[in-house]
Amino acid sequence: MADLRINLAGIESPNPFWLASAPPTNSGYQVQRAFEAGWGGAVWKTLGEPIINTTARFAAVSFNGKKVAGFNNIELITDRPLEVNLKEIYETKKRFPNHAIIASLMVEPEREKWHEIVKRVEDVGVDGLELNFGCPHGMAERGMGAASGQQPDLVEAQTMWAKEAARTPVIVKLTPNITDITVTARAAVQGGADAISMINTINSLAGVDIDTWNTIPHVAGKGAHGGYCGPAVKPIALNMVAECARNPLINVPISGIGGISTWKDAVEFMLMGAGGVQVCTAAMHHGFSIVEDMIDGLNNYLDEKGIASVHDLIGKSVERYSDWGNLDLNYRIVARINQDVCINCNKCHIACEDTSHQCIDMLTDPDGTRYLQVREDDCVGCNLCSIVCPEDGAIDMVELTHEQPPMTWNERQTVLAGFKGN
Amino acid sequence: MNNGSQVFISLEDLQRNFDEVKSGLSPADARDESNRCLYCYDAPCIQACPTGINIPSFIKKIASGNLKGSARTIMESNPVGASCARVCPTEELCEGACVLNHSTKPIMIGDLQRFATDWAIKNEQSLFERGQKNGLKVAVVGGGPAGLSAARELARFGYEVTIFEAKERAGGLNTYGIVSFRLPERISLWEVKQVEELGVEIKTSTMVGRDIEPAEILEAYDAVILAIGMSKVPLLKIEGEELEGVHDAIRFVEETKTKELTHQYVGKRVAVIGAGNTAIDAATCSVRLGAENVKILYRRTMEEMTAYDFEYEFAKQDNVEFRWLTAPVRIVGDENGVVKQLECIRMELGEPGPDGRRRPVPVEGSEFLLEVDAVIKAIGQTRHTALVEAFGLQHQWGVVKVDLETYQTSNEKIFAAGDVIFGDGQGEAMVVTAAQQGKTAAYAVHQKLRNSIIETA
Repeated sequence: MADLRINLAGIESPNPFWLASAPPTNSGYQVQRAFEAGWGGAVWKTLGEPIINTTARFAAVSFNGKKVAGFNNIELITDRPLEVNLKEIYETKKRFPNHAIIASLMVEPEREKWHEIVKRVEDVGVDGLELNFGCPHGMAERGMGAASGQQPDLVEAQTMWAKEAARTPVIVKLTPNITDITVTARAAVQGGADAISMINTINSLAGVDIDTWNTIPHVAGKGAHGGYCGPAVKPIALNMVAECARNPLINVPISGIGGISTWKDAVEFMLMGAGGVQVCTAAMHHGFSIVEDMIDGLNNYLDEKGIASVHDLIGKSVERYSDWGNLDLNYRIVARINQDVCINCNKCHIACEDTSHQCIDMLTDPDGTRYLQVREDDCVGCNLCSIVCPEDGAIDMVELTHEQPPMTWNERQTVLAGFKGN
Repeated sequence: MNNGSQVFISLEDLQRNFDEVKSGLSPADARDESNRCLYCYDAPCIQACPTGINIPSFIKKIASGNLKGSARTIMESNPVGASCARVCPTEELCEGACVLNHSTKPIMIGDLQRFATDWAIKNEQSLFERGQKNGLKVAVVGGGPAGLSAARELARFGYEVTIFEAKERAGGLNTYGIVSFRLPERISLWEVKQVEELGVEIKTSTMVGRDIEPAEILEAYDAVILAIGMSKVPLLKIEGEELEGVHDAIRFVEETKTKELTHQYVGKRVAVIGAGNTAIDAATCSVRLGAENVKILYRRTMEEMTAYDFEYEFAKQDNVEFRWLTAPVRIVGDENGVVKQLECIRMELGEPGPDGRRRPVPVEGSEFLLEVDAVIKAIGQTRHTALVEAFGLQHQWGVVKVDLETYQTSNEKIFAAGDVIFGDGQGEAMVVTAAQQGKTAAYAVHQKLRNSIIETA
């Protein structure tokens, strides 16, 4: 039994699985049900001035019949009075003293407002604060959420204001709706953030109804952009986490968010530098009980790998993530088709023929059997054939021995510069 | 009969005929099927499983690649869950309850259960740990599904558990009574090993009443769980029953699992009497031993048959003939005392009997002769009544009377589970039911002994 406890910037929880600030953490009833189901922590749905919501708030994207590949929402922050939320946070913390409760906060970018709300939520015993600089819709039109999260100076200033009043760790939640997330991450660090979390949702329109021509969703015939999340955003989130994790100027823990649905997703985020993860869409799709497999699967994975603590996973793949210029140009892999496994759908051939490097031949042997074969000398090792192949094990990407010593683009440029210098 | 759909029977390599018929799901099949599961809340499949396996959870774990967790979820609820993956009438239980019956087609729960447990078997996983010893001892009489199930749960609570098993190996019906082409012995023996690994001592080849007296057991243990199942097939009470070539179906199946397969049935004609689960097993075993013609004779009709639909289909694919409304009246032997013919009589259904089923009534003068080389009797099982009485328990025709909540018998120290309490309007005869009863009896024992510990303290 591996040790699944985490300590993220001083916030302790029995396992790395937290519910993200979102509809599942709207009330004490829900958060307590989540803790009963096994979630290690919860970031309470963002507190601030109560808002008014629309109906028709969510929409999802199916992919080839699979529901909720991506999820889109236009719900705003909490619509309940601050006092009610504070009372329920207090009661929940009292019942679950060992679980992490983090209050997500959003107020107008004014120093006093930050001081006031920080004091009020800390008085009821939260374990930490998460500043919501990411909500991309609605609140952003009022100068909060992503609107302030897109301006590094505002991120820094507001973080500083929150930190001036805070006694508990402050996590800054970043928006992905920005060119380079490391810029705002650095601003948060400069403002004194104890940790950062990412990603919030990505600006999105789930779809258009081709019969009514309405947006999906629509509110009385009108739509507005929402925030996109769910499995489809995972690669985007994972990259942003990794970019922050490998940046020496961003030396604070990261809480990973974005499309995490299973224990495997969590392992990937933690290997890429996340000290813990937050989940929302998967819980909204299947209920709180999914955490059981997340915990069990993570534990079995660690046991099988002989890793005593989940802490030992954090950041283990970060050093393997770099700039393109540091990749070895002389590394060679080629595709190899296993004839005994191949089912002859020819998808690899046409993918290569039409859209890659024309190196998979369709052949017929003397007894009339058709087969596919890679001309290895022409194969550029792009992986496309193995990606489109529907049959496990039919195509292997095989590593060839180096014909030339390893050399990266950056090394090559340095060598070339040396020649020019001569 | 369409020969194309028939099973291939080798007359040379009989062992080949006894290999497991159904292959397991491939990893790709398991991935696709597990991802098709809706992960229902308060899922009806869980309700439909007598052992209450958290089916959506184990399927989700297959989908997420947590196969160890999946196998543990299955075996947690059902200590013989690997066997049940193969022998449960799933269309009447979990799969029959799947909500996708209303929209597309149900999830292949049995096959997924087999996929996860096969993984655990192949990877030699130990899924559970024994509890801290509590100093109390429980005897389990009978090492079949009910006994193993009870023993495992008690071991996890910290009891020192001894199973007394009359046969050479534990597993009961799963090891000896279900044909190997549906349930290979190694599956059942893995389940036995899982229980042994928790420190349960299994005294095999130890028959209670012969090798050890009930009184000794009652004296030496703090509680007893009686899980002795049922006994051999009863007599037909017709002439010729003692002839060579007349077999007890239970023993007949057992020999295909314990001895080298005999070639003596190759090309022969076999009549199986009865149309229950064991009759199907005996008939399909006969086919696989090379018999040229195998008939199932049943005195009632297909409607009253107790074999499951899937078993009926399986037998038909094995080319077994079904003769409804046909009862044996006499077995005729040759000069050497070997079965030669079976005299039968046609029946018709009369007025309903006390059990509500219409009673078969002979049609006078309709006797006819069947040329047969072997007759296999599969008309039910007798009871270990003498042993039940040796324990001094109240019973009705050998069916032990129990409190249906706790499975406590008329002796407060003895609990009973499995086939020994099946019948007389009490319970079900499925392996999965026996497993659940074993668990329930174990919890009742724990409840009782725990209370007594508290009282003495």
